[in-house]
Amino acid sequence: MKARVIVTLKSAVLDPQGKAIEGALRSLGVSGVQSVRQGKVFDVELAGNDRASAEGALKEACDKLLANTVIETYKVEFAE
Amino acid sequence: MKPAVILFPGSNREQDAVRALKIVGGAKPQVVWHADHELPQGTDLVVLPGGFSYGDYLRCGAIAARANIMDAVRAHAAKGGLVLGICNGFQILCEAGLLPGVLVRNARLRFVCREVLLRVERADTPFTKAYRKGDLIRIPVAHGEGNYTADEATIARLESEGRVAFRYARRDGQIDETDGPNGAINGIAGIYSEKFNVLGMMPHPENYIEAEIGPTDGRGLFESLAGALKAA
Repeated sequence: MKARVIVTLKSAVLDPQGKAIEGALRSLGVSGVQSVRQGKVFDVELAGNDRASAEGALKEACDKLLANTVIETYKVEFAE
Repeated sequence: MKPAVILFPGSNREQDAVRALKIVGGAKPQVVWHADHELPQGTDLVVLPGGFSYGDYLRCGAIAARANIMDAVRAHAAKGGLVLGICNGFQILCEAGLLPGVLVRNARLRFVCREVLLRVERADTPFTKAYRKGDLIRIPVAHGEGNYTADEATIARLESEGRVAFRYARRDGQIDETDGPNGAINGIAGIYSEKFNVLGMMPHPENYIEAEIGPTDGRGLFESLAGALKAA
């Protein structure tokens, strides 16, 4: 089973990297971009096909390592 | 004192820490590999040195914070043992939950490598007895992710409990919030744990200890530790 974990900064946390990317897009003349926030994507392959145990494992992975919940939030998407 | 300096893959200031502990503290520090499960018998000070553990992959200090030896460091701290984290060591302490908050990318996105002025916020801890409260000391910084932040409640608690160890200051002693090296909230350069036995700081006191090379304002920290641990 394949899943994608998306980790993003909480909305209250400043994202200087996202701001810099936003500025770079503006200077490249890409129009219509209002704001950019940078995050991380983890593509994870899981053994077995049990969705519930996969969700449990990924939650543990996020809470223990993949996200720092002081500043970040995460969500998990499963491939169809 | 019997210090243990923890070595992670990618640490690079461990010998600077060892040198300062030897020269100023008169100690014989042991360097301990991250994969070990136990600290050497009788360890009374754990130092997490600067560097780029695990190449700063994922988040600075994130992977090192989950290393085997960190369980022993946690147990040491829980018993009241002293722990000093410098630079990457501070990032590791935050990731390990031994200190609150987190160090994020410098506000101006640049790696900052220069001398800063620090204001010593209190001189009654095992780390700062050799200074006086309000002293301005010259200490170098070298980091890209030293922008300390935490939620409002945590900051309020740190401030009300007097747990800020050092702040980036200007020459007049005022706090350098706009012009500090990294944008840290309230100019925070270092913080203590609840029981004041764990200190994390971004600046490198271990690099300012020898008059032959430069300023010696970092000596006070190691003199304080040596004094605090002499009786032990």
